[in-house]
Formats: sequence, C-alpha cells, structure tokens
Amino acid sequence: MAKLEEYVPIVGQSVVDDLRLLAGKLHGKMVQHINSTPVGGGVAEILSRMVPLLKELGVDTRWDVIKGGEQFFEVTKKFHNALHGKAEEITQRDFDIFMETSRENIKGVNTCGDVVFIHDPQPIALIEKKSDKKWLWRCHIDVSAPDRRVWKFLMDFIMRYDSAVFSSPSFSQRLPIRQFLIPPSIDPLSDKNKDISQETIGAVLRKYRIPQDKPIITQISRFDRLKDPLGVIEAYVRVKKYNNCRLVLAGGSADDDPEGLQVLAEAKEKARQDKDIHILLLPQNNIEINALQRASSVIVQKSIREGFGLTVAEALWKAKPVVASNVGGIPLQIKHKYSGLLCHSIEGASFAIKQLLNSPEYARRLGENGREHIRNNFLLTRHLRDYMLLFLSLYHGDDVVYL
Amino acid sequence: MAELIRAKEPFRFYTRLHLTELTGLRATTLSQLLELIRQVPGSCIYHHTHRFLQQHQYLSPEPPNDFAYWVTEILGEDELGEKLASIDTVQYSTIRGLREAIAFTIEDYLESNTLAKLKFSREGEEFHFIKSVSFVLPTDCVAYDLNEFAGILRKITIDSIYFHIFEARLRLEKGHNDFSNWIDSVIGDKELADEISRFDPYSHTLDGLRSVLVKMIENRIAV
Repeated sequence: MAKLEEYVPIVGQSVVDDLRLLAGKLHGKMVQHINSTPVGGGVAEILSRMVPLLKELGVDTRWDVIKGGEQFFEVTKKFHNALHGKAEEITQRDFDIFMETSRENIKGVNTCGDVVFIHDPQPIALIEKKSDKKWLWRCHIDVSAPDRRVWKFLMDFIMRYDSAVFSSPSFSQRLPIRQFLIPPSIDPLSDKNKDISQETIGAVLRKYRIPQDKPIITQISRFDRLKDPLGVIEAYVRVKKYNNCRLVLAGGSADDDPEGLQVLAEAKEKARQDKDIHILLLPQNNIEINALQRASSVIVQKSIREGFGLTVAEALWKAKPVVASNVGGIPLQIKHKYSGLLCHSIEGASFAIKQLLNSPEYARRLGENGREHIRNNFLLTRHLRDYMLLFLSLYHGDDVVYL
Repeated sequence: MAELIRAKEPFRFYTRLHLTELTGLRATTLSQLLELIRQVPGSCIYHHTHRFLQQHQYLSPEPPNDFAYWVTEILGEDELGEKLASIDTVQYSTIRGLREAIAFTIEDYLESNTLAKLKFSREGEEFHFIKSVSFVLPTDCVAYDLNEFAGILRKITIDSIYFHIFEARLRLEKGHNDFSNWIDSVIGDKELADEISRFDPYSHTLDGLRSVLVKMIENRIAV
C-alpha cells in the first residue's frame, strides 16, 4: 500500500502538506465508514486505499461492513437498478426483506464513530441509531431519474442524516439537508494506473494476440447493455471504412450475470467476420487493463448510463484521447474539445474517433489536457481532502469557515 | 539594491480549500437561469464565476465562467455567451455587483432577442446551481520583508495565492487583494502595491499568476 510521501512527486508537496493541515483539525474525532462489502466494487476499492491513508494522516478511522443474505442483496440490486432508472418489479415483500435485514444490522453494528459515514443504500437504515453524533450518507449511484417509489422509501431515511454526498450535480435532488458534490477518484499508484514498462505492455498484447500493426481503439467495460459494446462495434465499423484500425472490447467476468453473458455472446457474433476486433473476457487483472489502455490510440466509453465512469479518468490519466458519451459523471471529466470529445450517438462516436486518428497532434493535446485535469481534480489526494473538509463541514454551517 | 524594509507586522500566508455544495436548483431556459441568478446565495455566483480558475488552472484561455459556457455550448446563444464571458470581473468589488452585472446582461439580451426565451437545454444538460464553501487555514509561512515574501510565493500552494488574490478581494470584500494591502500599509511601498492591484489576475492561469507576482517583486527588490 502506497504511503503519502509517494504521492508528492505526482501532486506536489503542497497538496500533501494541506492534507496534513486538515487532518490536524480532525484531532479527537473518530470517523467510521460503513458499507456492504469489504471487497469487490468501486466503493470497497476506494475505501481500501483511502482508509490506510486517513490513518497515516492521523485521522482515527475505522471501516465496518454490514451483514446480509442472498435475498437482501437481490433486493438491494433491484433497488440499485431502479435508482438508475431501469424498470424493476419491486414488491412489498422486497421492502420487508430490506427492513428485516436492516433491523438485524441495527442490532449488530456498533456505530461508535463521531462521524458515521454510510455508503450507498444497503446500510442506509442504520440511521435509526443516530444519537448526538454526526451522520453522512454517500450516494455512489446515478439518481438523476430514479424510480420514485424506491427513492421515496429511501428519502424517509436520507432526511434524517446531517448531510448527503453525490458524485455529479445532475444526481442532486431538492433535499431538506445539506448536500455536497464529491466525485470519486483514481489512485495514480494502483496497479491499474501506475506507470508500467513497454515490455509489460508488449507482453500483455502478445498474451491476447493483439498485433501493434495499426491503431488500437479500446473500450474497457463490463459486457452490459448500459455500456453499449454493440454500439462501439458499430462505431468502429464506420471508422474502419476510412481508417485501418483494431478494436479491443475488454471487460470483467460475467458469470453471475445472465444478461451480461447474452451481451457478450451478441458482441462475439457481431465481431465474428472481422479478425481486427478483439473481445476479451478479462479476469480481474489491473495490470492487464493498465497495459491495454496504454497500448491504445483512442479510448472509448460509449455508455448509455453511467454512475461516474472512472474508466474515463483512468484513460485520461494515461494522457489518452478519449471519446465518451455525455452521461452521468463523464462531462465532469471531459470538457468537450478541451480534454476529450463527448458524443451522443454511434455516428457521433465514429466521427470523433476518426477525427482523433486523423489528427494525432490534436489527439495528443486533448490527452495531455485530460491528464492535467485528472491530476487537479480526480486523484485520490483530492478525494481525501474533500472527505476531510466534509467531516469538518458537519461542525461549521457557514459558507466561509475559518479554522 | 536598496536595503529591504523589515516589517513590524509580518505577512502570514493563509490557504483556502473549498468544498462544493449542491443546491438541487437547476435551469433549463434563459428565463429560469436569470430568475435563479437573482435568488441564489452569493456563494453560488462566486462558485460559477471562479470555479474555472482552480479546476482548469493548467489551461488558458478557458471559458471564463460557467454561465457563459452553458449559454454558448448548450443553448447555442453565442452572442450572449460572449457578453457574459466579457464581464470584467476584476472591476467588481462585491459579489452583489457581479451578480447584478450578470443578471442585467441576460435581461438586456432577452429584451432584444425574444426568440432566445424559447431555447431550452436537453435532458441532462441543465444548468445546476452549486455553492462554494471555503475553509480558510493559516499556514506556517510568514514573511517579514519582500525577499522572504517572494521566496514563499515561489513555493506556497496555489490555493494560498488564490485566497489572497481572488477570495480576499471579492468574496471577503476587502477592496484590494491581501498582498497589495500588506505591501502598502506595512512595507510602505505604494507603487508596488498599486502595480499588483492594477493587473488583471483573471487573464492568467494560477501558475502564470504566481510567476507574474514573483517577477514584480523581484524587479522591485533589484531597484
């Protein structure tokens, strides 16, 4: 696990000094994170890197996980989809299952923090235990157009928190409590983002039999309809008429997701006639993802909906030109024509990819601007700073706070 | 080189870190934008006219404020976008004054361009009103003379320069930036203080701003 000093060459000494200054202001406060899983998924990934750094800064931090059976997590998966705006059949029994497990967690979880920081809807009902301590609810989901019934159910809990946190302005709703914008972040020192050698990149390409004889266009994503892999193939086909290139679609295993397997099969079928399309079902191997991103000439993220879309930040951090849909948190990461190109359709995506392939100097400039934008706004150090300011905001209500 | 004046009252560098607060307020048309610009807290106006300085500090020129960017890129009202981008922020010493200038510019445009009222943003491209919450902290850096001052300026966090130049003058309504105030009232160098006050910090990146300030002080020390 990286130490704070290792971030200095990347973000500068002053940024790390500011973190130490802020941590000192939290002396005597214990911060307790609570989520639903210790491994897997973006929340656990961020917490696993953030909690050790908060401790190194001297912020008394602990991380607890709620318990839940299969039925409970099936219900919360339905909630997750419904909050993303997907049609889901949710019955009263589902709400009952959610409350039964929540009641067990209310009994079983020791909420001892001065600041109790609840992540996502699964542990949201723990707010029943609120006393005189400060409670925060962090929503990592795109709730710009939520299923009203699920949102109303959650609202009864949300309004009892001191503050809520969202990843994008478009997710914010009119709430009776304070709400803050804190986008997620990437860790520049993690396997997925750290610098790697050309030899490593070459070895990964050889492993997956991807020749480096022509420009590579890549989308790294689960095989999920919301990531639109079939749309990416269509965009590539349009580009291929004019530019000789390869397409890599790489994503994680979809064993437990029947719809994902179906999407994967459709993508393979659509790619069958073209040996320059490489569809890779990758195990969770962050070095390989890193290598594929670095080997690419253009990176695409043509999502239809997106919680935040950190693959965009990962690509920009590698100074890659990116073509991505104007959805979710992506426009926070890409300012159109300054740090990448935004699109709304397959036609728009193919036009943007062609532009970048045909204008390498423009593509290089967008990529470099993108890297600086990520350095200033989407690295773990900024996330740590925002979280510490968030904790301090619980004790100060003004717009200008002197510490 | 003249002997440097040693201040009785040193300049303490502060830094300012900000947290972004959401309001849940959004506009889809110019009329809604205007109405909300008149209603929202000053912290919102401050955020949307200064955010670019910190988030895009590596890039210049940049869309100078969020209102101009949205009006141009989302509503396609280039002329109004240009007018909003050209508002000379440095001329205003209060957020109230700046808010009035922005509101007047939109109102005036709508009066002579009634079709612009019919334009609306697509779903997902609404203008979201956001606030800046500032946390101001003292640093350990203290200067007693211009030499020490320039030395600290070279290495201090960009947030500190931002606080003393932009936030102190406009948001805290001190009239001038903190550097000019100290150089004039404590060091007694009105000429240098005025030189710093006179120049437009909005037309530089933050690192560019640091270089210009250091150069001004170095030149003064060398006299």
